[in-house]
Amino acid sequence: MNFQRISLRPLIYLVLIAAAAFYLLPIYMMVLTGLKSFSQVDLKTMWQLPVDGIHFENFVAGFNQLAPNLRNSLVMVFPEAILSSLLGSFNGYLLSKWRFRGSNLLFALILFGMFIPYQSILIPLVKFMQFLNLYGDLPGLVLVHIIYGIPITTLIFRNYYAGISTEIVEAARIDGAGLMGIYRSIILPLSAPSFAVVIIWQFTQAWNEFLFAVVLTNQSNWPVTVALNNLAGSQLVQWNVLMAATFLAALPTLLVYIFLGRFFMRGLMAGALKG
Amino acid sequence: MNAQEPKILVPRTRAPEAAHRAARLPRVVLALILIAAGLLSLFILSSTDLEIAGRNFTSIALLLSALVFYSGVIVIVTLFENETLLSFMLLLPSIIAVAVFVYGFIGWSVRVSLSQWQGLLPDYTFVGLEQYINLFNDRRFMINIRNTAVFTTGFLAGCILIGLSLAILLDQRLKGESLFRGIFLFPMSISFIASGVVWGWLMNPATGSRITGINLIFQTLGLDFLISRWHTSPPPWGMAFTVIPAVWQLSGFAMALYLGGIRSIPEEVREAARVDGASELQLYRYIIMPLLQPVTLSAVIILGHMSLKIFDLIVAIGNKDIRLDVPGIYMWTTTFDGTNYARGAAIGILMLISVAVLVIPYLIYSIRTEAEL
Repeated sequence: MNFQRISLRPLIYLVLIAAAAFYLLPIYMMVLTGLKSFSQVDLKTMWQLPVDGIHFENFVAGFNQLAPNLRNSLVMVFPEAILSSLLGSFNGYLLSKWRFRGSNLLFALILFGMFIPYQSILIPLVKFMQFLNLYGDLPGLVLVHIIYGIPITTLIFRNYYAGISTEIVEAARIDGAGLMGIYRSIILPLSAPSFAVVIIWQFTQAWNEFLFAVVLTNQSNWPVTVALNNLAGSQLVQWNVLMAATFLAALPTLLVYIFLGRFFMRGLMAGALKG
Repeated sequence: MNAQEPKILVPRTRAPEAAHRAARLPRVVLALILIAAGLLSLFILSSTDLEIAGRNFTSIALLLSALVFYSGVIVIVTLFENETLLSFMLLLPSIIAVAVFVYGFIGWSVRVSLSQWQGLLPDYTFVGLEQYINLFNDRRFMINIRNTAVFTTGFLAGCILIGLSLAILLDQRLKGESLFRGIFLFPMSISFIASGVVWGWLMNPATGSRITGINLIFQTLGLDFLISRWHTSPPPWGMAFTVIPAVWQLSGFAMALYLGGIRSIPEEVREAARVDGASELQLYRYIIMPLLQPVTLSAVIILGHMSLKIFDLIVAIGNKDIRLDVPGIYMWTTTFDGTNYARGAAIGILMLISVAVLVIPYLIYSIRTEAEL
């Protein structure tokens, strides 16, 4: 049986490498296109390596197309990620360590908010944001992302805090610490990993989000996803510039994945309600 | 989980009465300051606008003032030492936000969907289920349903087959396992818009001298019979091709779920099967696959609800091409381009119902099983 397994190995590697090639194909094409000079860009040779050295003309052109929108996305994403993680931490703490009658039902009702298609709340949302004078600009978009992020951030923190032993919390209570004191002195110092998970998750979500962004912001405040989609729909932009721009739009979350993938994965698995 | 109920805890020891009273005074002062500051800034903001760096922050500042006021109230609540009440009071802002933005807005959408609101000005005249009846007689909505069905079938089948296969291959204790895993999963970190734009270009249907993208690869390799019109194929095949980018993006997620599931099966189970003479193939077929059924259920529900909501990916691939229309796009264009708010709301509610049918039983099941732990 071991013999059988060994003989299959090269085949397994072959399949995995073929699969990896499929997953990397778009990235290969985007990077390759971005590194060619304008004169080297040609439909016929789009898959071939650059022959006259490495250039950044396409990346520069792509960046020029998206620069204001990349800035908008950055401005939006940081307050969003930090505030939602604070809120989620508090909610998760209260729902895991200070349960009251009906708190499980309450949690389920909050959780449902993470699955709804946002088309089902879109019209009231737009009207409400117009009423609040938050329509068209980034602060409103940040607020919306924070509110619709409450379910997932609460879920991730609640699952994490459920793993902190209740004995520690009880011991602190006997020593006279209250709800706030226990959070400050015990829970918060232990929370760094889940803060990383939630901040990274919310960063990625907000950066990649399209529907709220396209409906709630006006053109000067468009985040990068909306601008990129608009760029793709216009006939004026060369495909090579478009590919370079797409790569730049994807780069921040890609870097987060490459360097902080472990935390990203945990956020991902929480979405499947697995702790 | 029962051990976490605060009720069974030992009552906290009381500090001496005098010290206790002395500790209260700063808190009362703090509470009064917070309440006063909150009220004051609410009062100021109600008559003037706040602009920072050219953006209108009035509503945000109003919200913050209300929270300052509310935190004063919470400080007062801490004086009563009723921690269940305090816990509820601290949760209340989130509860209100979700209650309004999720449940309140769903209710509001239902109301819009039962009205005849067409045009920029709201018109809540009640017309019953007319919008829904119209939708089911609407050719475009029927195309939407067919497209969603095609997409969901292909997407689920693709993600689960590829995800499961990759997970089984990665389970063979190979060198470079984590590198492969990283490669299969990275598309999840990219936006649907970015991957739609790239794949829309890779699946370029041009032929002849303009041939490019994947078709060009096929031509170069001499696989001309594989050259395809991709997502611009005649319906419903065009929609089926949009599954490729979707599977590219999310099969890694299915792989991660399955790999997690396989790895959580104890090694003893496998050993026992091997001792009984099971071949590797039989081991997977008769031992591991049946144990993975709950994982498949999770994958079907998570991926299925995503495909019922699919929107940005198709927008980026198809650029509102009617042949690739799905409910999410129909809702968006009919509401904001066509100002047919009532119909848009009805589509949104139908999408919600389809997702709820899938997700609510799963949600109840997840929370029940957790409570029994």
